[in-house]
Amino acid sequence: MASTAAEKIFGRHCGRTDAKAGEIVFARPDRMLLNDITGPLSFELLKAMGVERIRCPEKIVLVGDHFAPAKDIASAEGLRSLEDFAAAQGVEHAYDVGNGGIEHTLMPELGLVRPGDLIIGGDSHTSTCGAFSAIGIGMGSADIAAAMALGELWFRVPETMVVEFTGTRRSYVTGKDFILAVLGDIGANGGNYRCMEFSGSALGSLSMDERMAVCNMTAEAGAKTCLMPADETTAAWAAEKKLGPIETIGSDPGANIAEHLRYSLADIEPLCAKPFMPDNVVPVSQVGTVKVDQVYIGNCSNGTMTDLRQAAEMFKGQRVARNVRCIVVPATQKIHRQAMREGIIDILIEAGVVISPSTCGACSGLHMGVLAGDQVAVTTTNRNYRGRMGAPSSKVYLANAWVAAASAIAGEIVHPAGVRQTEAA
Amino acid sequence: MIAQGIVRKYGDAVDTDVIIPARYLTSRNRAFLGEHCMEPVDPAFKSRIKPGDIMVAGENFGCGSSREHAVLALRGAGIGCVVANSFSRIFFRNALNQGLPIVACPDAAKFAQEGQPIRVDTARGTVEVGGKSFAAEKWPEFLNDFITQGGIVPYVRARLAEEKQRLAADNRENLR
Repeated sequence: MASTAAEKIFGRHCGRTDAKAGEIVFARPDRMLLNDITGPLSFELLKAMGVERIRCPEKIVLVGDHFAPAKDIASAEGLRSLEDFAAAQGVEHAYDVGNGGIEHTLMPELGLVRPGDLIIGGDSHTSTCGAFSAIGIGMGSADIAAAMALGELWFRVPETMVVEFTGTRRSYVTGKDFILAVLGDIGANGGNYRCMEFSGSALGSLSMDERMAVCNMTAEAGAKTCLMPADETTAAWAAEKKLGPIETIGSDPGANIAEHLRYSLADIEPLCAKPFMPDNVVPVSQVGTVKVDQVYIGNCSNGTMTDLRQAAEMFKGQRVARNVRCIVVPATQKIHRQAMREGIIDILIEAGVVISPSTCGACSGLHMGVLAGDQVAVTTTNRNYRGRMGAPSSKVYLANAWVAAASAIAGEIVHPAGVRQTEAA
Repeated sequence: MIAQGIVRKYGDAVDTDVIIPARYLTSRNRAFLGEHCMEPVDPAFKSRIKPGDIMVAGENFGCGSSREHAVLALRGAGIGCVVANSFSRIFFRNALNQGLPIVACPDAAKFAQEGQPIRVDTARGTVEVGGKSFAAEKWPEFLNDFITQGGIVPYVRARLAEEKQRLAADNRENLR
């Protein structure tokens, strides 16, 4: 019987070969992820469940990233609860500032994601695992607590929609734009309850960093999860992480596909999502005059080496405009160090950028760059809901790192090519 | 489960950042979270809500962040049930896990007006408002059992107790 890739992966995790979309199954996840916001609530619920010892400490990953380094006493207590839980339950994979970073970038960096895995996380952007051909599902704290208590959890096997990319991209277009194009078309509920499976001849031109950017924001379409097929790029990544041989799990010909979307990359230009929804997408060239108070390059979708290199290329010999703050957040400690080695940090600081520690920070309006009333930010983050980064009247435009850096230099939202032409002139 | 209250009406895509901004997530206290519920769009929310009021909204209610605190905030503010055209999947699980009844019923959600009395019967799958009765989407049977038990905490407790009994029985069998 023809199966989708999602049906196969769910089947393997519940000991069946015939799991079908729509069925409710009990499956055993390979990893369970919690952070300093969802962890503390999960630990309280575990207590209420009467659980003293969790089933599988080796599967748990605890990352202090949202409020890290702590901004006040309450957030410090949350971060400490991760440490305490790790010590009490024997959780080896526990990270904080200094050895960690933003959870969804950190997990694959540490080799804690394998193609074919089923990963649940107390954070909606767990979908990022799809870049590595693993099923990542965002959930609340109680579900993760239940999985830690029982070793398994109920899932409704998702139906699959295919998103196919072909062709060659234009200049200054990145993975961010590919997923924004999809979001603009299908809307914030266009992927609800589904697995978004990516396919097409253009996938080979996407680095692992770009695949993470694409998969990360499938959450903004409401998708339950997503999958990129494992290919040579995936195999090279897996070899670097010493994960051993990997296999490609794809959908069979004739498998039940709910919807098939097709994109030619040549048609996509640099895009941005205007306030107050990530699906409110327009080409940067048509956004009009939008003055910018802050530029933020970082977060779990676009705080990778690829993004930092793009920013540095843009900022070389340039300056952040007067009255604009530009904050760059390398997603992990390791990325920060690599950026130093490549001279990127120096270029950014020379241009007037401030480098933040690896944290979720201002992306969700917590600390390290919160917006005041009516302030406007261009960010490489994934959400621009009302009040997301601060005051309810502040506004966030989502875009790729080229656009964000170019806008920091121009003081308003601009197409990166414009800044380059000025430079050449 | 029957929920009765006054309609508090909102639009499409009420996201969890709006339900409870992330800056309050260092707390897990329902009353505190309830004080700040819907703050970015409706600062007077808490003062208007009477315990048992029913939130009625459009498409994709609860989209965005996985924060279960959104359910705690709604409950802390006094919301007894949410009726919407549709729900985002993480919010759907979080609500049921925390014992907050939610019902997808687009016809009722469109018809209901702010301030009207509304009655939701989750077992029968009906929503009554403005003199009309609407059929709501029914939960899958598995989830219905789950909700009747009061959410995920009692469900896990019961599963663990069963497992313990079975182990004890196996041990007795082995000793014979």
